Amino acid sequence: MDDPIKSVPVKSSEITPEHVYMNRRQFLKAIGIAGSAALLAACGVKPEVTPAAGATQAATLEPTPEPRLDLKDELGEAANDYEAITNYNNYYEFTVVKQDVARMAADFPLSPWTIEVGGLAAKPRTFGMEDILKLFPQEERIYRLRCVEAWSMVIPWMGFPLASLLKAVEPKSEARYIGFQTVLDPDNMPGQAAKFYPWPYTEGLRMDEAMHNLTILATGLYGKSLPMQNGAPIRLVVPWKYGFKSIKSIVKIDLLAEQPKTFWSEIAPDEYGFYANVNPEVDHPRWSQATERRIGETARRKTLMFNGYAEEVAGLYKDMDLKVNY
Amino acid sequence: MRRWKITWLNALAHLGAAIPLAVLVWDYYAGNLTVNWIQDVEQRTGLIALNLLVLSLACTPLQTITNYRPIHYLRRPLGVWAFAYAALHFVVFSGIDYGWDLSLLSEAIFEKPYALVGFAALFILTPLAATSWKWWKKKLGKRWKRLHQMVYLAGALVVIHYAWVVKGDVLRLQGNIGQPLLYGFIVALLLIMRLPFVRKQLVRWRGDVQGWLQQRRGLPSEN
Repeated sequence: MDDPIKSVPVKSSEITPEHVYMNRRQFLKAIGIAGSAALLAACGVKPEVTPAAGATQAATLEPTPEPRLDLKDELGEAANDYEAITNYNNYYEFTVVKQDVARMAADFPLSPWTIEVGGLAAKPRTFGMEDILKLFPQEERIYRLRCVEAWSMVIPWMGFPLASLLKAVEPKSEARYIGFQTVLDPDNMPGQAAKFYPWPYTEGLRMDEAMHNLTILATGLYGKSLPMQNGAPIRLVVPWKYGFKSIKSIVKIDLLAEQPKTFWSEIAPDEYGFYANVNPEVDHPRWSQATERRIGETARRKTLMFNGYAEEVAGLYKDMDLKVNY
Repeated sequence: MRRWKITWLNALAHLGAAIPLAVLVWDYYAGNLTVNWIQDVEQRTGLIALNLLVLSLACTPLQTITNYRPIHYLRRPLGVWAFAYAALHFVVFSGIDYGWDLSLLSEAIFEKPYALVGFAALFILTPLAATSWKWWKKKLGKRWKRLHQMVYLAGALVVIHYAWVVKGDVLRLQGNIGQPLLYGFIVALLLIMRLPFVRKQLVRWRGDVQGWLQQRRGLPSEN
């Protein structure tokens, strides 16, 4: 099997991200087909509140998705439930208190949103979120997320390979790295007023890591649009690296010749490296990375090399000393 | 000192120190802890212990400033409760988080500096809590005071422990360091206030302020 994603197949109706069918509904409404909502409801689509454009985060108005027992990663591990994934978030732009992020992020204005993709590209371009959802087919990827704080979850993302977006802007041959930037909006992100942090949040990948099929830009979660606390409207997900590499709420992507600065490695270069691959043998200098707690479990489990994706990604680092390039 | 006043202050300290435990138990059964509830309990018990330790350290300097003797009687209950929360913090870490897995625990305690300093602080607090009774105070005499001065070392270790478990670097002034720095500043200040020459100066100022207040009220000064 060539496909490194061995997640269980899901029905296409379940895959359709909610924000995509939301747009369809707005379209239907616009051309005046009354009763379309009732029609959709009759087709088994749950009637939901359609948020006005530019209004507050939709996810807070929507019912929590039913737990889906079919959601398992390729190792057979069940996905964490929606409640856990959306109420335990590291998003220092809002607060360092993980259980408070959801509440504080609820009113963040998400629309309009653009992502500027530039640097060493033949066709640099600024994408609106609508363009992104139209241009790149969304698919479900069920990934393990391992936080550097030694907890982990299994998360059913909706998204598309970062490679698709990069190919669309035609990288020049000198482009060897990708730099990412989170939105800077201290008025709506109280945490960005905190001193001692190099805001805005930045991250980076090597070109081969960025082009890897496992690396995605996520726009949804559990088949619904991504809640702000999880990095709406679009975030990076690199499942074999510690969670902090998977930068949230991206506004800028740069194709670069040199390795870019990254948020956590600027704060503590001895503790958070550029690569940040999940590695049970290379400890964080202040705590062990050998074990982790899967959210929902009590006992610790052993952390897997490259978070269990070694077969797919170990080749990217075959000539590197991972103790030096942590 | 009137006996009832001491009793009441003591009761107040015990009650106040027990409230966070009651809230924690309530939150556990009401499902108010985070989905990573073991870490939540660890963090809460740790922070409560740190706060109570700082409060117990504040008793003597506060008494110096205010000359209100009953404050002195809060010191023991606050200190003993700080130890109790620290012990609970350790038991949750070792027993629930690490399931008494001795190889993992010894790795954590002896190889990871945050766990080592936390463990050292608890190691210091244990004999202090055990000898906090009057009986021991009489039995140990001068040595009791010297032993109990170790509480400042424990306080410093606990602040370092805290700074090392959050994601930040105090030395480079980067990251999540605001609270560890604040606690460090308070503990340092409380220690400085106990140095003999600082203490004497504080007592002198206290006398000045009292004299000035009495003059304003038109009463003859005591000094």
